[in-house]
Amino acid sequence: MKTMSFADAIEDALAHMMANDDRIIILGEDVQMLRLNLLARFGKDRVLNAPISEAAFVGAAVSAAMAGLRPVVEVMLVDFIGVAMDALLNHAAKVEVFAGGNWNAPLVVRAACGGGYGDGGQHEQSLWGWLAHIPGLTVVVPSTPADAGGLMISALAHEGPVIYLEHKLLADYWLDYLGAGGRNTVQYDIPRQGAVGPVPDPWQPVPIGKAAIRREGSDITIAGVGVSVHRAFEAADILEQKGLAAEVLDLRTVAPLDTETVMASVSKTGRLLAVDEDYRDFGLSGELAARVLESGIQAKYGRVCTAETIPYNRQLEDRVLPNTDRIVEAALKISLGSF
Amino acid sequence: MQPDLWFLYENMLRSRLFEEAVTRVWNDGRISGEMHLSIGEEAIVAGTVLQLRDGDAMALDHRGTSALVMRGVDMLLLLREFLGEAQGLCGGKGGHMHLFSKAHLAVSSGIVGASGPTAAGFALAARHLRPGTLALAFFGEGAMNQGRLLEAMNLAAAWKLPVVFVCKDSKWAITTVSATVTGGSLVKRAAGFGMPAETIDGTDAEAVWAAAQNALKRARAGIGPSFLHATCPHPEGHFLGDPLLRIARNPVSEIKKVAGPLVKSVTQVKGGPVLKRTGSLGKISALIGKSAKNQIFDRKDPLKSVRRKLEKDKNRLKKIEDGVYEEIQRIVSEAMNRAG
Repeated sequence: MKTMSFADAIEDALAHMMANDDRIIILGEDVQMLRLNLLARFGKDRVLNAPISEAAFVGAAVSAAMAGLRPVVEVMLVDFIGVAMDALLNHAAKVEVFAGGNWNAPLVVRAACGGGYGDGGQHEQSLWGWLAHIPGLTVVVPSTPADAGGLMISALAHEGPVIYLEHKLLADYWLDYLGAGGRNTVQYDIPRQGAVGPVPDPWQPVPIGKAAIRREGSDITIAGVGVSVHRAFEAADILEQKGLAAEVLDLRTVAPLDTETVMASVSKTGRLLAVDEDYRDFGLSGELAARVLESGIQAKYGRVCTAETIPYNRQLEDRVLPNTDRIVEAALKISLGSF
Repeated sequence: MQPDLWFLYENMLRSRLFEEAVTRVWNDGRISGEMHLSIGEEAIVAGTVLQLRDGDAMALDHRGTSALVMRGVDMLLLLREFLGEAQGLCGGKGGHMHLFSKAHLAVSSGIVGASGPTAAGFALAARHLRPGTLALAFFGEGAMNQGRLLEAMNLAAAWKLPVVFVCKDSKWAITTVSATVTGGSLVKRAAGFGMPAETIDGTDAEAVWAAAQNALKRARAGIGPSFLHATCPHPEGHFLGDPLLRIARNPVSEIKKVAGPLVKSVTQVKGGPVLKRTGSLGKISALIGKSAKNQIFDRKDPLKSVRRKLEKDKNRLKKIEDGVYEEIQRIVSEAMNRAG
């Protein structure tokens, strides 16, 4: 075990894989600056700066993957994926089925996601539910450095398209532009356990589609991904003082969802609180409820999500994104009268 | 290298007869969904695809049949795919707009303009894994108004990717006259990205061959992409069942279906000024007339112009034509027999 930051863990795992597999290339906007160490080690033919043309270079990454490369294509912020959506929706996601199972597109689409730093709703969205909605796309959202590296290794070994989303409060290079690097005068509520932590040495793959129980508890299951997992930890501490033992589930992969682990936990606790930084309606939180209903497990359910466009103002933003207070309140509400 | 006209003609004929057979099967209701033919494009396809080598890739649009046939994809697999069978090229899950052949590094897409980025990605992989190979991109002039295609042309130019962009210009973007929705010149647009760009007669297989030869050479040498703008007819319109062509071919019966609602629309109480309404009626009939004139081979049939050059050896011509005809007959009857 050694200790690493979330961003370093991604880069270290990626470098480890690139050193052993010449087919892995990185392309995207600004990658020669963002991935300077990889550029220095692997050269400009494998770390390619792209024009600001997501539709073209994400589309190109799909066919490059089909033709034998293992591209890691970066769209900087997941919010920008809209302009490249067709490449994912109608191409990457469709190849395997349309080709009759004979061909696939093993690419990793890497994007920073999430809010909490006052950038407004065009640069702070999560969107994993939107992407996970499409059959054929795998969507992973790590919350710790060990998972960030381990899921990158699994994503690069996966035989189909993987969307790899890294939260900006965890992977610090984006905030480095706005915070520590450019000025020391702003603060963000960064979950320390997620931003820096132990990682295995050597790297171990973290299986895609496998959730992790981060904290055991018998009264309520709180499930989420990314920063929401850390907000759930904070809430669980407060709930414990109020006599409620919360189990915190880190789903880690949005698609395919680890239904088995969720059901095992909800069977035990009888309560499910979905905490989702992504939009509330028609997303991960509703999907979790549907899976519980389909399984026939009797459970109380609640959710804390982002229900509207994320406003710029920091105080307003804090109220719109899932925060610890809202999680505690919702957990108590669905547990009322029964503990 | 000069093209072998016999070789070109045989391939073009095979593609034509196959697609004519597909048309009959479609008309019989055995093929579901849309059917976009490449009839009229054969000289463009022959002049480019027949010069490809092992390891070269193709990014096709929704009219991919001809390119796949000329690249050597088994026509029985294609037809069975169109029939939606598990034994088809893609297990019956792709259909004619989504044809994939990994062995030929060939993909098609039903999304207009998608072949641009796809070719760029193939070319990127070619440079890394198969130096000296390249990617062809096929698309219509309508796709030249798609941002992603223009982005891909820029990307290919900036990264000096081995791509040959082939624009098949039928002058019609679905049922819209392309000139009415396009600014400037397509060749100048392509040249603006810093790549060689020229217009060629896409019904003249030899002319296409010669232009493509330069473009392919440039790509293989790693110099960068080129753009070929090749004009061609689409005698079957955008797709089988094209509404404008139906009216053009059967004016009396088809016009009855649209005339009632049209007259009703023009005589409704609220709407545009009366003069404008009658004017729009005139525009509609002009459009239909233009469609009829333009789409039914008013320009030369690419097959006929090659055939004319081969007529002096009638015996050899007959042998080739009989052979290809029998080949297609055999494939169609085999596919239909198996389909039951």
